Amino acid sequence: MASNDSEHNAGPIPSAIKILIAGGFGAGKTTLVSTLSEIPPLSTEEQMTEASLGVDDLKGVEEKTTTTVALDFGRITISEDIVLYMFGTPGQDRFWFLWEELVMGALGAVVLADTRRLETCFSAVDFFERHRVPFVVAVNCFEGAHRYAADEVREALDLSQRTPVLLCDARTRDSSKDVLLTLIRHVAETTATPA
Amino acid sequence: MADRDEPDADEPLVRPYVIAHGRQNPSNVELDLVSVVIAANAEVDELSLEPEQVRILDICREPQSVAEVASYLDVPVAVVKVLLGDLISRGHVLARAPYTAESPVSRELLQAVLNGIERL
Repeated sequence: MASNDSEHNAGPIPSAIKILIAGGFGAGKTTLVSTLSEIPPLSTEEQMTEASLGVDDLKGVEEKTTTTVALDFGRITISEDIVLYMFGTPGQDRFWFLWEELVMGALGAVVLADTRRLETCFSAVDFFERHRVPFVVAVNCFEGAHRYAADEVREALDLSQRTPVLLCDARTRDSSKDVLLTLIRHVAETTATPA
Repeated sequence: MADRDEPDADEPLVRPYVIAHGRQNPSNVELDLVSVVIAANAEVDELSLEPEQVRILDICREPQSVAEVASYLDVPVAVVKVLLGDLISRGHVLARAPYTAESPVSRELLQAVLNGIERL
């Protein structure tokens, strides 16, 4: 929207890029964000109202319950003009409606897989495939966890050959950087227009 | 029921806010979670603002996303959008829309992002 762009006396206002970090609860989303963010990860608490049908035998009475959802995010200043924000998506499936808003305009996504509970990232993979958001799957290698080859994970998640799968350690900076670099290269292959 | 003029699909999920005086859409500016905002270098009559808006101007001396402002202010994003929208329509804050996947993403931009990550 043109009216959103304005000149600032002190120089250009940077424009932001949003990427999403998804995965099941405990898969290492917050760790990855903390490892890469230049600021201590921030959090906003959003109150969501959801209608719940009378499961408590209140016959036809519709109740509204308010849920608080925390969104964690971090920031990387790329240049004077570009700031990259990484948003950890809420872990539970029941917050789909929040994902819908988060996914709007997202450049790409990282799905963190925990091989001890690989099924916890199925919903994230489905979601990004359905919304045609380019994503990579990063298998977070926890100590003591059985290590799978990337191809085994690809097969288990039924991923297309084009979707990059890599092993990572979200606690280390170099490994986490690799995850983001792989994602941005993948975005370039799938969406970029020729210069 | 909350008082409202008409049903609206975009209506915030939280009730109208006390600190926003129930205003829900005070300006034409559509702010995203990652719209970047910065305080304009203009004279401001702080008495004409809500205390939260004075704090927002302070936070926004450096460019910040809407999400960061919400986090530092410790209020929900929906409230911050209302307060910021008001500041923007009064010329106290400038905003820039984020890059989106819908707008063509240039290779130049992606290369800049790759370089920036490499430098971390």
